[in-house]
Amino acid sequence: MSKISLIVQREYLTRVRKKSFIIMSVLGPILFAALMVLPAVLANLEDKEVKTVAVIDESMILTSYSGGKAETTIPETEYLKFVALQDVELESLKENFSSTGYYAVLFIPSNIINSERALLYSDKQPSLDVSNHIRNALEGEIENLKLVANDIENLDEILREIETSIRVSSIKWTKDGESMESNTGVVMGIGYGAGLMIYMFIFIYGAMVMRGVIEEKTSRIVEVIVSSVKPFQLMMGKIIGVGLVALTQFLVWIVLTGILVAGSSVVFGDTLQQQDPTEQVAGSELFAEQDAVPLQANQPGEGDQILSDIFTTFESVHFGKLAAAFVFYFLFGFLMYASLFAMVGSAVDNETEVQQFMLPITIPLILGIVLMPNVMNNPEGPLAFWFSIIPLTSPVIMMVRMPFEVPAWEMALSAGLLVLTIFGAVWLAGKIYRTGILMYGKKVTYKELWKWLRYNN
Amino acid sequence: MDLLTATDVVKDFQAHRALDKVSVSVPEGSIFGLLGPNGAGKTTLIRIINQITAPDTGTVTLKGRPLSREDIYRIGYLPEERGLYKKMKVGEHAIYLARLKGISSNDARKKLKYWFEKFEIGDWWNKKIEELSKGMQQKIQFITTVIHEPELLIFDEPFSGFDPINVNLLKKEILKLRDDGATIIFSTHNMSSVEELCDHITLINDSRTILEGEVNQIRNKFSSDIISVGFEGDPSALEKGLDRKFEILTIKENGIGKEARIKLASDAKQNELITALAGLTDIKSYNEVLPSMNDIFIQVVESASPKNKKAS
Repeated sequence: MSKISLIVQREYLTRVRKKSFIIMSVLGPILFAALMVLPAVLANLEDKEVKTVAVIDESMILTSYSGGKAETTIPETEYLKFVALQDVELESLKENFSSTGYYAVLFIPSNIINSERALLYSDKQPSLDVSNHIRNALEGEIENLKLVANDIENLDEILREIETSIRVSSIKWTKDGESMESNTGVVMGIGYGAGLMIYMFIFIYGAMVMRGVIEEKTSRIVEVIVSSVKPFQLMMGKIIGVGLVALTQFLVWIVLTGILVAGSSVVFGDTLQQQDPTEQVAGSELFAEQDAVPLQANQPGEGDQILSDIFTTFESVHFGKLAAAFVFYFLFGFLMYASLFAMVGSAVDNETEVQQFMLPITIPLILGIVLMPNVMNNPEGPLAFWFSIIPLTSPVIMMVRMPFEVPAWEMALSAGLLVLTIFGAVWLAGKIYRTGILMYGKKVTYKELWKWLRYNN
Repeated sequence: MDLLTATDVVKDFQAHRALDKVSVSVPEGSIFGLLGPNGAGKTTLIRIINQITAPDTGTVTLKGRPLSREDIYRIGYLPEERGLYKKMKVGEHAIYLARLKGISSNDARKKLKYWFEKFEIGDWWNKKIEELSKGMQQKIQFITTVIHEPELLIFDEPFSGFDPINVNLLKKEILKLRDDGATIIFSTHNMSSVEELCDHITLINDSRTILEGEVNQIRNKFSSDIISVGFEGDPSALEKGLDRKFEILTIKENGIGKEARIKLASDAKQNELITALAGLTDIKSYNEVLPSMNDIFIQVVESASPKNKKAS
């Protein structure tokens, strides 16, 4: 077995067997799955409590009488009920409000058409949902009244005729003429996720390479090793070994997250369906037909729609190409940054000294993250173009652009420059590394590094 | 025959010349001491021999031809700055280092077993390195240095961190390695171990060679014509009776008897001293005092240093 593969093997195995690696591998997907599933679960948990709002309607606009009993015409929902109160003073309600059990008291003044203002009293801040619901009801009723006041013939008919509901479906033209539905939000999400992932892994595992180099230096093992292998082999072995650890971690996360999300959607999906059998029908209809009945917000069906959007969008952005680009930028971006991290590690005696050399490495990485929103808003703009070509930021920025279809020549240029830069970075790191690893107890400056570069060794 | 020779090696670091035309010849099958004060350039020379750094000018040859990369990997090198991966297990670590030296996993296991038993550390196999004391770790390092049975061994300060018992154990092993045919380069400040172990030495000071040769010849060369005489009788008889050619340096009395240290003038003969002493006192013992390597080291380095400072 060649020496470099021996080193790769050791670097890989010692890290993969660590408790922290195993914990991270298990904890990561749980966190991811929680991030994906929790909002949906929480959305379903909230507002299960029935709220009753008392209505004092002095204007009588939203009150109808049936059998001498007043009823409010504000539409109710499953969790929001309205009760019309007659001959009740607001002041008396105020005094024993907490004993009435009402969520809030809606006061509609007699001059509401002119004042355009109703009052909602409560001992807590009423939720936005409730006040929006009331506002919509009042607006609709008063608009109707005003329309009626204009005395238009066949008003009901006209209104029915003009009622429209529009849904914008974006269709992308592809070379083979096929058109598929894509959702800009989902495309952005994919790009953002991929870019963030690359950033995260470069940072975490680049720093791991650096710590490994520092560990070899401080434990003084390095001179023992370089009497058996070339310093360059030791450096590359470490970078490749840690890179494989990163890849392993990533794959474990993907697989476990997939299992967890699938598993939890089965579990929570069941409970949703038990609560409301009609939802199930609405959901499956949605998968079959996009322009199904318009849905009210905060119904679980919305989640299914997003899911179906994600699936169709994944198809439309050529998942294979995206995955290939991700692996390419992930590995080569890591290779470039890891060699720079190794270089920093070799130049210092302990981790507290790394700050001065870390800055030039971390700035382009962080710049990539900072620019991500701008690039997503204008993926063809000059900012997006240049930073996806410049090798230090291209792994992050190009991944953000990828789902928006990048011209082939730009891809080739970006990838080519990245590979060239890697050769440069590895050469530079190798030069610094072989001098640095044998330097102890010296305060290293940039000037010093420059001298090491020109050493003949 | 010389196994390894370095010729006119020069190495500059920034403003500082680490080695200035240093040459060494290491005879095959000998223990060669590379001596010198801190910062003299010993470690730099060793690193050049190991091709960890390259010389600016000068050549290093093994058996008359330039060293190849494979030759380097055959060398057993125990550096002065040495350590182990703290989180690894002892056995695993030793196998890893052995495999880097080109031994198969199975061979490494067998050989390590032999050495672990010899050093009575067999039960350390599954311990983590960080659980071992510094001296224990040094034993592992020694074993992994010799595991591939190299014909050239380089030990840089091998005894630092060892207790006297383990120093003796190590000395025994080093001598045994030489007797088995290995050539050993041995760098140290510890002069008493030089007298015990080394056949040849080169003394480097301030980047230059200032003394080289066989240890016995050097000690004879530095003999300062001082005689130690054990005697019985009245010390004042000696002081009064001896010729001016024989200068009495000290007279000591201890439990066993009396000892006088006498320096011979350059024209004096030892036989004359013996005759004179025989007439004055009862001689119990008589021997020439050879300077210790420690004395020679200090004498040579101190006399060399001021000159060098003036020159530079």
